Amino acid sequence: MTDTNQTSDCGCKKSNTIKDASAQPVSRRNLLLKLGAGLNAIAAALIGVPLLGYVVSSFTKESPNSWISLGPLEHFPEGETRLAVYRNPVSKPWDGDTAEVPCWVRRVDAGTFQVFAINCTHLGCPVRWFQQSRLFMCPCHGGAFYEDGSHASGPPPRGLFQYQHQIESGELKVLGGHLPTLAEPLREDA
Amino acid sequence: MLRSIALWLDERLHIKKLFESTAGHKVPPSTNSWFYVFGSGTLLCFVLQILTGTLLAFVYVPSTSQAWTSLQYLNNEQFLGWFLRAVHNWGSIFMVGIMSAHLVQTFLFGAYKYPRELTWVSGCLLFFCTLGMAFTGQILRFDQDAYWGLGIGASVMGRVPFIGAQLVHLMLAGSTIAGETLSRFFTLHVFVVPGLIIALLSLHLRLVLTKGINEYPKPGSLVRKESYVAEYEELVEKTGVPFVPNVIGKDLIFSGFLIIAIVTCALVFGPQGPSGPPDPTLIHTAPKPDFYFLPIYAILALLPAYMETFLLLVAPVIGIAILVLLPFYSGTGEKSYRRRPMAVIVVLLAFLTAGLLAYLGTYAPWSPHMEAWTDASTPAAYVKGRTPLQLQGAILIQNKQCRNCHSLGGDGGLRGPALDTVATRLTRDQLIRQVIQGSGNMPAYGKNLRPAEVTALVSFMQTLRPSYEPAAMDSTQPAIGR
Repeated sequence: MTDTNQTSDCGCKKSNTIKDASAQPVSRRNLLLKLGAGLNAIAAALIGVPLLGYVVSSFTKESPNSWISLGPLEHFPEGETRLAVYRNPVSKPWDGDTAEVPCWVRRVDAGTFQVFAINCTHLGCPVRWFQQSRLFMCPCHGGAFYEDGSHASGPPPRGLFQYQHQIESGELKVLGGHLPTLAEPLREDA
Repeated sequence: MLRSIALWLDERLHIKKLFESTAGHKVPPSTNSWFYVFGSGTLLCFVLQILTGTLLAFVYVPSTSQAWTSLQYLNNEQFLGWFLRAVHNWGSIFMVGIMSAHLVQTFLFGAYKYPRELTWVSGCLLFFCTLGMAFTGQILRFDQDAYWGLGIGASVMGRVPFIGAQLVHLMLAGSTIAGETLSRFFTLHVFVVPGLIIALLSLHLRLVLTKGINEYPKPGSLVRKESYVAEYEELVEKTGVPFVPNVIGKDLIFSGFLIIAIVTCALVFGPQGPSGPPDPTLIHTAPKPDFYFLPIYAILALLPAYMETFLLLVAPVIGIAILVLLPFYSGTGEKSYRRRPMAVIVVLLAFLTAGLLAYLGTYAPWSPHMEAWTDASTPAAYVKGRTPLQLQGAILIQNKQCRNCHSLGGDGGLRGPALDTVATRLTRDQLIRQVIQGSGNMPAYGKNLRPAEVTALVSFMQTLRPSYEPAAMDSTQPAIGR
């Protein structure tokens, strides 16, 4: 390139000056470009960081579990397994029906309870209790669980998820607030 | 007068130049083929989806408490709301279908080879985005299937090691399926994914213009990196015809029939759903995905448990990589499917597999029939002339929900084997063992049946064989008085 510049017939002075100008370490244009880029990097961070924080907040938050009443103990006769429903403790006004969470309560004897999540441990479908054969069956892929929640047959990798529970002033309470999955089972399972 | 206005406008807007470099660009005449209409067909479906989707959003309420009601309103109250929902639904089905045809055609015609690698990659990404639209759209039809479908999605995410819990929270926008979940899927379906599609589509179309459309491949004419571009340019230079008006005719006819087909399906079959309200306490439901995802639904049921997590999480990554990276390991050489038997076999196998799995998914033989124990009748011949003990067994087989998984006379679940001829397969001892201990997919009933009940049940099952077939015998115990 240099050769062409020097041998060009239009007067070499001109091309040399241009070349010299661009070779200078900091030209006015160069400085402005760098300043502009730097300023915009700061501006992008000012917007980007809060945006990112807004988005990731939904999965960095701890599950907000709290104690919820399933009703008085009399609702659960001894030796039986009944469906109970509680309202999600972190529900929002527009949650509608989805805030109502069902679970299975098994009362073994006067003071012994088991509370199972409705979700099959295979893929989360709602399991149904069959009193006669004393089994929980899943309608999706045919998983079955015994009355104590342990795995009986089919594809589920483990027994039913169990809620941590306690009896307080004549009421059965469970610790709930998140959808149980294999990655995040319920407290009782841990 | 008109001509002078047109010339004035063209001088300012450079319409002629724009036309010559886009719609009027020159293509090889061999591309004037019925095999080359699927791309424009997919684009048309996308435009139709944007149009109907935008109009549906005028009425639809993306709120967990009201989405279902607003869908009912669209179906029953809003003037022609049902029609728009039906067109949007059938538009999505046709879009996935035509897009698959486009994918198969470009694969079989070697269109992904040098120098059109990025056209293929962007097309694959468009395909995944479209499937993403199908999945998120299914969630926006916020009914029972959508609710439990989200539960299934969360359960799959929950199997990812280390970051499973975070992924579940990211997908559900919180710790449960609730208000923010639907908002998240609405945002994805209406803003994020369509935006991505438009961006990718621009790239895809730009590449079609810059790298040219693939000529109809001739068997034996190989792609070489050194010479292909020059050969193609020469072909277009010498024989090329403008896409508009010379080649677009077939696209127009196909597009016309496509719209007619979508509208006909919409008119005949109407909108899909919503099914029951998304109330989690209504647990008497068996969620099922829309038909595009039936193969995945089926494979989840049919995989052995030990390889399930691996295949759920790793196989899709490998599959997507094989598809997307295709031009980078098979970028030159033969294009014509006539000389690429493996390519044809791969396509046939893929269709057979997906088709078979989808077919199985439609009647889900692995799902128990949850009402069969009270619904399914017992064939009269099976109870005629039986002893009281055997009859007691016949009642137990209903009461203990055996029929949910086992059929009699073709009625009942298909999860376990039909019991009509069970006595020809299993001896008395084997029947007792099977009932008490279970195995594989059958729970052990030992805990839940009294010995007398097992005796009655087995004595009934021993009668379940045709008169012309002998009962099963224990080969180690020769039939002494049996």
